[in-house]
Amino acid sequence: MLERKSIGILFDRVRWEEKELGRQLEIRGLSYDMIDAKSQVLPLDGSPLLSLPQTILGRCVSFYRGLNLASVFEAHGIDTINSSKILDVCGNKLLTSQILARNGVPTPKTVVAFSSESAMQAIERVGFPCVMKPIVGSWGRQVVPIRDRETAEALIEMREQLNDSMQTIFYFQEMIKRPPRDIRCIAVGEEIVAAVYRYSSAENWKTNVALGGHSEPCKVTPELEETILKTVNVIGHGVLGVDLMENPESGLVVHEVNGTVEFKGAQSATDYSIAGRIIDYVTSKRSKLESPRETVKAHTD
Amino acid sequence: METKCLECDASVHVQDDAVVGEIVTCPDCGADYEVAALNNGTVTIKLAESVKEDWGE
Repeated sequence: MLERKSIGILFDRVRWEEKELGRQLEIRGLSYDMIDAKSQVLPLDGSPLLSLPQTILGRCVSFYRGLNLASVFEAHGIDTINSSKILDVCGNKLLTSQILARNGVPTPKTVVAFSSESAMQAIERVGFPCVMKPIVGSWGRQVVPIRDRETAEALIEMREQLNDSMQTIFYFQEMIKRPPRDIRCIAVGEEIVAAVYRYSSAENWKTNVALGGHSEPCKVTPELEETILKTVNVIGHGVLGVDLMENPESGLVVHEVNGTVEFKGAQSATDYSIAGRIIDYVTSKRSKLESPRETVKAHTD
Repeated sequence: METKCLECDASVHVQDDAVVGEIVTCPDCGADYEVAALNNGTVTIKLAESVKEDWGE
């Protein structure tokens, strides 16, 4: 019988980040499994899945795949980082914005609407210019600035014609008059392990590294630290990528929280290994899980 | 390691330290492949999934 590994990395596409996480496990002398999400066939009865590791670090590029697998793993008693609850909130911008706003985390004003007829009213509530985003999606896809009514009407009509019910959930956010950069913070538990500015490229107003943006180190100020702490305490402790903008009028605002954070860009502006810090967090959680079980065993003996 | 593109038959190079699940791209036609298996210096590839609307961080 094969030995059950204590840690696994769940993937559906191995990128630089997943290889780096594996390397950091190897450096620490820890054996681990690479688990291909696409090949999983799982019962839903909650019986122990002994062929899978006891702790799984979710790294799926597909939000729905990662979320549903986390839910199944949790039901089978596997410690999953991030939890399905965190993934659910972070993968849906509507839920993220709602939780941030309701819990006093500074975030841009956001209004949602659920039909093309009511979308224009939502835009008017936010005001021009604003930004339209899909509630599910990443890498800056379908994120569009709207500066006037004509453009708004055209975009709403286009979304309506896509014949996809997700496209008729409209999410509009105030456009922050930020400098040509935002801040990406990688938080593990309550700790900020990396903070970088992400500058947009000359060709694109968006700052996503996937779209050609580049990273530079960002100093962790008390305001940044406080905002991140507030954010992770309302979203949940795990491995998070928190994106913030500098609002010249009000200070830092959190506009997105990523549940499966990519950190290749942030690593280029950081001296120590971000993957190493993530692995240290995962293994420390693992140790905490093991301790109570040993205590229970001692009592029953 | 070398393998053949399933679309255009060009030679596709796979790094020696590649792992299962990694993506390689055909230099000729641009098709994306996922490393499906590694066995004693030989590599098996399959067509990679295309980007879906829920992909990202």
